[in-house]
Amino acid sequence: MAITRDDVRRVAALARLRLEPAEEERLTTDLDHILEAFVLLQRLDTNAVPPMAHVDDFGARLRADEVLNPAADEPLLANAPARDGRLFRVPKIIE
Amino acid sequence: MSALHHLGVREAARRVRAGEVSSVELVRASLARIAAVEPQVGAFLTVCEAEALAAAEAIDRQVRSGQDAGPLAGVPIGVKDIICTAGVRTTAASRILEHFVPSYDATVVSRLRRAGAVIVGKLNCDEFAMGSSTENSALGVTRNPWDGERVPGGSSGGSAAAVAAREVPASLGTDTGGSIRLPASFCGVVGIRPTYGRVSRSGVIAYASSLDQVGPLARDVGDAALVLEVIAGHDPADSTASPAPVPSYGDVLGSGVSGMRIGLPKEYFVEGMQPEVAEAVQAAVRELERLGAVAEPVSLPHTEYAIATYYLIATAEASSNLARYDGVRYGLRTASGSSLGEMYERSRAAGFGPEVKRRIMLGTYALSAGYYDAYYLKAQQVRTLIRRDFEQAFARCDALVTPVAPTTAFRRGERIDDPLTMYLSDILTISVNLAGLPGLVVPCGIDRAGLPIGLQVIGKAFDEATMLRIGAAYEQASDWHRRSPLP
Repeated sequence: MAITRDDVRRVAALARLRLEPAEEERLTTDLDHILEAFVLLQRLDTNAVPPMAHVDDFGARLRADEVLNPAADEPLLANAPARDGRLFRVPKIIE
Repeated sequence: MSALHHLGVREAARRVRAGEVSSVELVRASLARIAAVEPQVGAFLTVCEAEALAAAEAIDRQVRSGQDAGPLAGVPIGVKDIICTAGVRTTAASRILEHFVPSYDATVVSRLRRAGAVIVGKLNCDEFAMGSSTENSALGVTRNPWDGERVPGGSSGGSAAAVAAREVPASLGTDTGGSIRLPASFCGVVGIRPTYGRVSRSGVIAYASSLDQVGPLARDVGDAALVLEVIAGHDPADSTASPAPVPSYGDVLGSGVSGMRIGLPKEYFVEGMQPEVAEAVQAAVRELERLGAVAEPVSLPHTEYAIATYYLIATAEASSNLARYDGVRYGLRTASGSSLGEMYERSRAAGFGPEVKRRIMLGTYALSAGYYDAYYLKAQQVRTLIRRDFEQAFARCDALVTPVAPTTAFRRGERIDDPLTMYLSDILTISVNLAGLPGLVVPCGIDRAGLPIGLQVIGKAFDEATMLRIGAAYEQASDWHRRSPLP
């Protein structure tokens, strides 16, 4: 078994996903199946191979630190699920 | 009037600039066609009729006042619903963004508008671009216009189907693992996945940031090349967009293929491939040889590791990119009980579909402590090996030619229950994304069931011109691209 139900619970918590028991079951099977198929990568000797995080070799390009598009409140708040004037309203963060 | 929806991009724009047809007429024809075929095709999630007609009227005023309305003057275009359009709902085909309205246009959209194009609607796709059939859309069903029981491919299924069904002469899609090329192949249209960094990703809802690229779908290479030219180029809003100048692709399309060296990677003619697909691609290669190209076998030895590499890297990147959907500032928020944490967990659980959850979980696992080295880091190292395979092949060749998929369009429901089988649909497209290279698909046949077969041309980085030359030469010598599934 590449992945257990406990692993799935732990990962779901990291991913902030609340899973139903049936989903946990299904995901355990699916992920286990998928990860078993990916074991073939271990066949390759990658000792001297640099990891490629990105195709880009343009290097870091910086620009001047100036505001180009001042944010207007209304467009940014228009999609808010809950708002209070200029503020996004959420459940209490600090007890 | 009724034939207007059959005009290609360049011809339509020419007529608008010449005052022979108005943009309003073109847009009305597109909207009428959409109304007529959508019950069968289901390509669109949103049709923005009022906005489109207003934009068309503005183009017509420009033309009447003698101004140059641009290379895409008045042409109706559809945009994959993973690309932001100001004031027009943009959902990523997900319940979590079902009512989201962006306050700005993606850079590619503003470039289309600046060139005179008229956005008529938003096209269906797999949720967050995760899928190979568009069956993962939470908001709509898109059918292949060639056979309604078959998938259009994915994730840009709506983008391909809308062009095949002549609802629009061109559309924008995105391609992270083959999501423009596979539906282009399944729907018998032309699709371009540009070199990574050729086109800005600003305003494009991110799936996997080192793999995503926006590209055009159209009915022929010339139209697709023109749309690419319009959207491509440096963008200060995207630090991964290349400063390399954009060539005038149109100028080189007709140069032919005489003396060009074309590589045929042996690993891409896979065991168990549909025989008609292999035959059509081989016939296309013979045609290219007849036109003066020289074909030779090459090897991309790490091809068999590409699926695993992709599905570890892409899902890891996705797990990070989709962390922003938390119900705080936008998107779905469910009733949360008492705590912020519960709000996050329940909103995400309710808003994301099963494939998205699966990929977030896989990616989170691959990045988690204790597993990072064995999975994510390993995959990144194999990515280097895959890229080196292409570099070696391109030392001897100007371009590579391959099939797009082992089969033509499969039936709806056929692969959806087995994620791994679905992932294998991408085997011939996915390495291109890992290596950051450009890929072009042109139609090259139709199988006995009446389903299109596509030909893939893979170019060197930032050498879209060579890839397009090959596609254009083949297209000129064949007529597959003129076939259409619906009257």
